[in-house]
Amino acid sequence: MAAPIRSSATAPDALALNPDVAIPLLTGFIHDEVTKVGVERVVLNLSGGIDSALSVYLAARALGAENVCALMLPYKTSSEDSLGDAQKCVDDLGVRAMTISITEQVDPYFAKFPDMTNLRRANKMARERMTILYDQSQAQGALPIGTSNKTELLLGYGTIFGDMASAVNPIGDLYKMQVWQLSREIGVPKSIIEKPPTADLWPGQTDESELGFTYDAVDRLLYYMIDKRYSTDALLELGFDRDFIDLIALRVRNSQFKRRLPLICKVSVRTITSDFRYPRDWGR
Amino acid sequence: MRELDHVMKLTVGIGQFAPALGDVERNLAKIEELCVEAKHADAELLILPELALTGYTLKDMVPVVAQTLDSPIIRKLRDLSREVELVCGFAEESSDYRFYNAAAYFQNGAIRHVHRKVYLPTYGMFEEYRYFASGERIRSFDTPFGRAAILICEDLWHPSTSYITAQDGCDLLIVPSCSPARGLDHDEDLYSVKAWRTLNRMNAHFYGQYVAFANRIGYEDGVGFWGGSEIIAPDGELVARAEQFQPELLIATLTTEHLKRARVVSPLLRDERLDITLRELDRIQRQRMEP
Repeated sequence: MAAPIRSSATAPDALALNPDVAIPLLTGFIHDEVTKVGVERVVLNLSGGIDSALSVYLAARALGAENVCALMLPYKTSSEDSLGDAQKCVDDLGVRAMTISITEQVDPYFAKFPDMTNLRRANKMARERMTILYDQSQAQGALPIGTSNKTELLLGYGTIFGDMASAVNPIGDLYKMQVWQLSREIGVPKSIIEKPPTADLWPGQTDESELGFTYDAVDRLLYYMIDKRYSTDALLELGFDRDFIDLIALRVRNSQFKRRLPLICKVSVRTITSDFRYPRDWGR
Repeated sequence: MRELDHVMKLTVGIGQFAPALGDVERNLAKIEELCVEAKHADAELLILPELALTGYTLKDMVPVVAQTLDSPIIRKLRDLSREVELVCGFAEESSDYRFYNAAAYFQNGAIRHVHRKVYLPTYGMFEEYRYFASGERIRSFDTPFGRAAILICEDLWHPSTSYITAQDGCDLLIVPSCSPARGLDHDEDLYSVKAWRTLNRMNAHFYGQYVAFANRIGYEDGVGFWGGSEIIAPDGELVARAEQFQPELLIATLTTEHLKRARVVSPLLRDERLDITLRELDRIQRQRMEP
């Protein structure tokens, strides 16, 4: 594996957010979008990683700890540290929690396909966790809260209909570096902030070694490419490497399917995906 | 019209609230409550945000929630204006079935003025021109306090609109808005907050008029509206400002004395050369039409 690409381009605080504005904006969003559909509670999958940690802190602040249920859904190879870190959030916030092993659900399927790649296994586990999230949503009368950040949504570094599935996602417009910053501000346990990010889908996995670049580098590039709409020439002038720019642009383009509803073949004059245009908060 | 040398006062309320999206009945009930509160606070004029009767992200709901000017819902707003004058944003259906993003000034049971939003933002997150027709007129109109004008949200982002209303004698510029919270960085304020603070102050100070900016709150499909409604005096100073993201009935009293003082200190309106403006604009337009 090549060394992660680092970039020193751009000012260090380009991605910094004013937490006094950001945190109330995000908690206000959770409170408003949850309660106006007539629900008071939320559920979310708490992995022990930083994204779901920030989401649970925001949800508890928005709705009160008693209205938040954290689901801890380990597989037999999940690291003890992950579970321990998730438990730290639960203890610190006083949210309700359930631990349900997915091993018994996924192992019989894995046994049928002994040659499954890590990617297939990872996707299967992510989707099993999604089915539990949505079942608990129904059982508890609680909306499922999302935990996918903007970096992974743009890179397609997530499982469609798996960890990308939720009703309301408070962190989907935050780059990973911004997730770190707000996590520090809101009081996420230090051990979660300081450990290398990992999906913990196989032992020893880390995001940055798997991706081949650091979040610091890719967040800066995405910020200028997507948020600021810089052209390739302007990005080169900022000091980004051409191969890195091309790689990331391709990843964003190739993962567009994960960010959209399935395509529907147009037959009628009013098709759900093109001419039937209503907000989701229709009548709310 | 006001009498010369007689100082007039006007107590204004801005009803900063979160309209329900597409639920006209619920919003009308909220507006009735705000009218009662405004009356209690001795307000003579209550200003409500853009599309206060319907919510903002209407999309295909526009033809369903739009009101003709003689609809029972609009009649109800006219009735409310017997107690307190009212500026309210709504989707208007015209007799030829066009739909406008409009706001009306209701006074003593009648509609004094209707402004149809001219500049419908249709870029980035905005898609108003997909659903609304664009208004054709920019006018000031008489009220008991003085001349007023209504410009809706994006209208004010085009400085030509408030130039026209200022030249048309505007003393009180009313700006019902649905400004979304966007563009957060490490600065103290959101991008949208900074833009509006600049716009409101500039328009008040350099046209020597009051500006009443009525922004909504609440979220629609993940988009938050930041509130922060404010009234700026004709010398550019802040008169009153509502909290961001919180419901509030903001009350302030305006005086013609303040208008007079500001225009004596900075007689910019007196010195404005409308003839030069028209001549040069005419030249620019003719040159644009040349091959």
